[in-house]
Amino acid sequence: MRTQANPRLMLMILSAVFAFLYIPISVLVGLSFNEGGLPTAWTGFSTKWYGELARNSDVMGAAFNTLIVALVSTVLATILGTLLAIGVEIRRRKGRFIETIIFAPMIIPDIVLAIALLSFFSLLDVTLGLHTVILSHVVFNLAFVCSVVRARLKTFDWSVVEASADLGASTPVTLWRIVLPVMLPAIIAGALLAFTLSVDEFIIAFFTAGAGRDSITLPMQIFAMIRFGVTPEINALATIVMAVSVIALALSQRLNRGGLPGQ
Amino acid sequence: MTDRKPLYLMSPALAWLTAFMVVPCLLILALAFFRRGIYGGIEYTFTLENIALVFDPLYAGVFLKSAGIAGLSALIAVIVGYASAYAIAAAPARRQPVLLFFAVLPFWSNYLVRTYAWIVLLNREGLIASMAHWLGYDGELPKLLYTESAVVVGLVYNYLPFVILACYAPLSRLNPEIAEASRDLGGSGWTTFRRVTLPMTFPGVATGFVFVFVLSIGNFVTPALLGGGQFQMIGNLVYAQFLTANDWPFGAALSMFLIAIMMGLLTLQTFATERASGTRPEAT
Repeated sequence: MRTQANPRLMLMILSAVFAFLYIPISVLVGLSFNEGGLPTAWTGFSTKWYGELARNSDVMGAAFNTLIVALVSTVLATILGTLLAIGVEIRRRKGRFIETIIFAPMIIPDIVLAIALLSFFSLLDVTLGLHTVILSHVVFNLAFVCSVVRARLKTFDWSVVEASADLGASTPVTLWRIVLPVMLPAIIAGALLAFTLSVDEFIIAFFTAGAGRDSITLPMQIFAMIRFGVTPEINALATIVMAVSVIALALSQRLNRGGLPGQ
Repeated sequence: MTDRKPLYLMSPALAWLTAFMVVPCLLILALAFFRRGIYGGIEYTFTLENIALVFDPLYAGVFLKSAGIAGLSALIAVIVGYASAYAIAAAPARRQPVLLFFAVLPFWSNYLVRTYAWIVLLNREGLIASMAHWLGYDGELPKLLYTESAVVVGLVYNYLPFVILACYAPLSRLNPEIAEASRDLGGSGWTTFRRVTLPMTFPGVATGFVFVFVLSIGNFVTPALLGGGQFQMIGNLVYAQFLTANDWPFGAALSMFLIAIMMGLLTLQTFATERASGTRPEAT
């Protein structure tokens, strides 16, 4: 590759693309610290908009709801997704049907899954609320956990499992004492990914949370605020949300050197 | 461990996916064939009206506009994304993982926030307007926000990292000797790119295009935020059927149509990928 590329052109392309990707986000972060809060003039560094945010009870309530949804759905998805990954990798036959079902939550358009779940819950007369958001988030979260854990299992040495069985350990004991400790970094990486996805997820939550004020999640709150226009408070909130995703993702990457799913 | 044991490991997750994905999706498939009740509910009599309504000229405009915007976004994203992936793959090997990481990083931050960032830039008192003013431009700026272009920019911005990732994979695996051989045999740089590099990395291009197209055509957040209140794409139409117009059967039929487009494109993509990897570039 290197021999044919014009280095100056390559540098120009990279600078332009990184500018395109990072300028909009950077402007947002910068403005969140602007005393005056307007893009027209820089009036000095201030964290007052973050303080403003902390006093906004709607935002704090939504943040609390999001935390509950993300934590519960991550725990459930991590357990289900890890077991699924181990089961799929142990199996010698690769079932095409099972592969499709596992892959589907990652590619199905959000809006389709969202309306499908809304129709499903209302047909069964389930009251909508945070619990229905959790049930729904587990669907895509478990698929992502499964794919991260499976990637690591591909390099797992199954002979230690056979050795453990030969020495008389039952399957649950082998899983708990041999497979789990080795897989733990990948499992945590998967869980962190699931957590970020759940914190950021908007469309499915929007459809499955119902109309009540007390089941609004943070992305739903952000969507409502954005529709009223640009305010310094949203800039601050957006900065925090981005920081959370980036930190969780960086941790996930560190734990799981295999790279991002899809890579 | 025997082949039977995996089943009990897999069954909780498979049961969950069946209950909360397969069954709901089958349900809306069925819903698409029921009649809408007089008061907005569902009447359980079989009908093809909803399917027919999807192809009604009344909605042709929305479909054409959605397809046009999705196609344009996918095209721009693929061109920019391929060029970026090419530049990353051409960088020194030890820098490539870092460049790739930072190219993909925005993809993992909140979608709403990334879209909102463009409102900050494009609105009437936004950064671009302020900059123009500061530079001494006093005239009326063209409307930037709430336009089709804003929607396209927003979609490209949101999905570009994925395209870079999809195109980088085949580009980084490319054997430089093959391109060298082409040049030794007299192919110019452009000919080498067009006849050797591009065909060999086509699967990445196809994956990127299909991904952006499918996610754009069903999108409702970006049109709602950057296109303005009156702006309608298929995603917004589906949204309206469920949350405002209360015509669930028609909404279900529309989303089946989205799924059909997605499956059709994915099949085409698999076909294209198999062809690209199965044949060598022919000489003329």
